[in-house]
Amino acid sequence: MENIEQRVKKIVAEQLGVNESEIKIESSFVDDLGADSLDTVELVMALEEEFECEIPDEEAEKITTVQQAIDYVTAHLKK
Amino acid sequence: MIYARIAGTGSFLPGEPVSNDDLVARGIDTSDQWIVERTGIRSRHLASADMSASDLAHAASLRALDAAGVAPDDIDLIIVATSTPDCIFPSTAALLQSKLGIRNGAAAFDVQAVCSGFVYGLTIAEKFIRSGSHKRALVVGAEVFSRILDWSDRGTCVLFGDGAGAVVLEAAETPGVLASALHADGSHHPILCVPGGVAAGQIVGDPFLRMDGQAVFKFAVKVLGDVALEVLDQAGMSVEAVDWLIPHQANVRIIQATAKRLGVPMEKVIATVDRHGNTSAASIPLALDLAVRDGRIRAGQRLIVEGVGGGFTWGAVLLQF
Repeated sequence: MENIEQRVKKIVAEQLGVNESEIKIESSFVDDLGADSLDTVELVMALEEEFECEIPDEEAEKITTVQQAIDYVTAHLKK
Repeated sequence: MIYARIAGTGSFLPGEPVSNDDLVARGIDTSDQWIVERTGIRSRHLASADMSASDLAHAASLRALDAAGVAPDDIDLIIVATSTPDCIFPSTAALLQSKLGIRNGAAAFDVQAVCSGFVYGLTIAEKFIRSGSHKRALVVGAEVFSRILDWSDRGTCVLFGDGAGAVVLEAAETPGVLASALHADGSHHPILCVPGGVAAGQIVGDPFLRMDGQAVFKFAVKVLGDVALEVLDQAGMSVEAVDWLIPHQANVRIIQATAKRLGVPMEKVIATVDRHGNTSAASIPLALDLAVRDGRIRAGQRLIVEGVGGGFTWGAVLLQF
């Protein structure tokens, strides 16, 4: 089983159409990976599906980097 | 058993296409690149000040009646889906009936489900026909959304267009409509609305369309996926059995995300948002008519038409054309 970091990076790569090797833990979706506002919405939806959780809009707004996505998922993953 | 099937389609777009650059030239602080990247919209049609929703509905209806080979007086039910009616009352459907010269007492009423309106209207008409109470319905989506746009709000004014689409739905021995589903969740009303009303001779509140684009995007993609699967499940069909997906034309990114979630290749999706913008209740019958007339949609093929709009409302119809 891949760990959370690998799964998050894979989703980011697929949603934003970037190479996984370009994605660093500190990468910002908008500033470093070229995402626009709708890309980030789709990214959150893909994270919700992958990790079977619901991310409320006010929480989703705070997820702007790969690290923040990993942190959110780690804290809310169904045990 | 009485079924309902589409006997003819028609549509109408007012005036010449208005490009993104034309909007910039009119003083809107935007760019072709920004609009195309986020929405896929390249142009839209805007009705002149002397054209109303019933005028657009009239032109589209004449084409649908012609395609169906039906005289206006053969219609016994008129349903117009619109959020931009000519006036508070009478209904746009009644005004359309007058313009078509129908004096046979056909029932006529409007449906208000915003961008899901055509799917609502089609579903209602199908149930009337299957009950045996009516035999031939004219179902129209007609909008002049340009009237309710705040042209100083560049986040919304570039997204919409005007137009109308119509179908003749009639009783038949074979389907027709294979399955349908309608839903609403009014708790989401603030994310897409025109909150104003009229009282004491004044507009009370904001008369312009307001939208939380990101919230709408997320909601739309989710329910468009879910409701398409719901009608397929009702009919016991897999998504591979569908020849064409015609989603509400709001934004190409919503259409692409929906198709991806459903596993439908974009080659099987009818997309007109690039040329029409979001024409609300008119978008689905406009796209349907375009694809029928250009030969993509043929008799016997299976289609899903599905809409989502303010309310929130959403719904889908699975059709055998």
